Amino acid sequence: MSTKNLQTGQGELFMSPNVEDARAFFHQKKKLMTNKLTSVKEAVERYIHNGDYLAIGGFGGVRIPTSLLHEVIRQQKKNLGFSGHVATHDCQILSAGECFNRCDAAYIVGLEARGLSTNARRLFESGTIQVTEWSNAALSWRFKAAAMGVPFLPCRSMLGTDTFKYSAAKEIECPFTGQKLLAVPALFPDVAFIHVHRADIYGNCQIDGILVADDDIAKASKHVIITTEKIIDHEEIRREPGKTIIPFWCVDAVIEVPFGSYPGNMPGEYYSDEEHLAEWLKKEKNPEEFAAFIRKNILETKDFYEYLQLNGGIQKIQKLHQTEHLL
Amino acid sequence: MELMVTIASRNLEDGAVVVVGTGVPCAAAMLAQMTQSPNLTILFEAGGIAPLLPSMPISVGDSRTTYKGLKSTSMAEIMEFCQAGIVDYCFLGGAQIDQYGNLNSTMIGTDYNKPITRFPGSGGANDLASLCWKTMVVTPQNQKRFVKKVDFVTTPGYLQGGNSRTEAGLPVNTGPYKVITDIGVYGYHPETRQMMLLSLHPGKTLDDVKNNAEFEILIPEKYEITEEPTDFELKILREKVDPNGLVIGRK
Repeated sequence: MSTKNLQTGQGELFMSPNVEDARAFFHQKKKLMTNKLTSVKEAVERYIHNGDYLAIGGFGGVRIPTSLLHEVIRQQKKNLGFSGHVATHDCQILSAGECFNRCDAAYIVGLEARGLSTNARRLFESGTIQVTEWSNAALSWRFKAAAMGVPFLPCRSMLGTDTFKYSAAKEIECPFTGQKLLAVPALFPDVAFIHVHRADIYGNCQIDGILVADDDIAKASKHVIITTEKIIDHEEIRREPGKTIIPFWCVDAVIEVPFGSYPGNMPGEYYSDEEHLAEWLKKEKNPEEFAAFIRKNILETKDFYEYLQLNGGIQKIQKLHQTEHLL
Repeated sequence: MELMVTIASRNLEDGAVVVVGTGVPCAAAMLAQMTQSPNLTILFEAGGIAPLLPSMPISVGDSRTTYKGLKSTSMAEIMEFCQAGIVDYCFLGGAQIDQYGNLNSTMIGTDYNKPITRFPGSGGANDLASLCWKTMVVTPQNQKRFVKKVDFVTTPGYLQGGNSRTEAGLPVNTGPYKVITDIGVYGYHPETRQMMLLSLHPGKTLDDVKNNAEFEILIPEKYEITEEPTDFELKILREKVDPNGLVIGRK
């Protein structure tokens, strides 16, 4: 196994993996357990600035922070960066608002078995978005490196491929075995949006089901905004500390948004609204119809509840609850 | 499609560990679990471990992927199991495949910065094909998909053939294992790593094999004729695995 001619990916590294800067930032962040309840509107106004780099929790159409993503469009935030770590409906929403100009892409423009987003594809094919290529594991491990406070992690993915060539990873030689490995740089997002099952007012969070990368994203991000299905009493957190996935000091803002993953799936609560997601894909095929659809559903709705109401409200959620439980 | 799903399922022996995606791979794993391999461990890259799938998931992260499962975890942990050598098989698709099993799911075009068609990218495909022991690909076969050169190597097969895969630093003794198409089943030459016919589906000819690939597929002197799905396999597939015809109804 030759370790000569170690290669470097030619993609742009959007965020610095400098751990001293990150440590200094996390050190000065207040660790007081204070009441962090706020509103979706205020949280986005306060924590998202044009040009910021965003990480989105969940899995594209599973446990996604829909209300925050809609608010980013409403407030017309621009030139954001984001990590496309299985970005499906979330990528579709941000593409609808043309909110970003750069992307670390592991999975974008698709909605898995549902098909491809015409509008997101148009944007990514336009040449106006700067893209750096990664794999899912590479992005997961980039968040993990940041969460660990180290500037990179070695791994064995992406080697020998164009995915590596257009990434910002580097081949390295293992100091112990001499093997060729891939170094993926720590990723410290400016802001993370994460939707959870339960949180207390201080930001201690419980998540049921798969975590995807949210435990690490919460630790890696400078600011974390949590939307939660339910606010629970602090004593409930203390009763079962083993259930806490995200501790309060990671979190800047907490908003109670029941059904907040809609039209995505919320494990154990409600299944994804496949009819509505199919409507998104269909509307995207005609730019004018799609613009009207976005106006009606996002720009001209006051908040997430108006959107939910437009698309079936509580009756729809009841139906999705039954689908979730195979009734 | 029923034939492809059935052949794929027969390649998953009892006691194996497989990472699957939605669609055909998932149907194959469910069929295997309901027929010859009740102890097949199914993993999903988003964090689902060993579900007893009640129906086909639409996302590799949705609730179905943890239904009666043994553990729900992070994507990093699933990928770490793969990297640690625990996972026998992964199942992939792609827009293009070449003679060495390299896959493209990123873009069509020659300018990375301005693709003619942008696809999702690697997702977990690159990781799974790098880190699992054996990679299986299920895909329709035609000249547009079986190309001399993929526009973008999203996911590694045997790269440039020969030893190039291990020279690139990928784990030894891993790589493409089988390609299952609507025409036949293919493996890879043990030295050159070129794609090679293993079995021809009933009613298909060697001309079908040749005319539906831009590159030359090796035809050994001896190859088999694929065994058709049994009535039992078809019954399970149609009634239990995919009653709504989401996968098997596809052309």
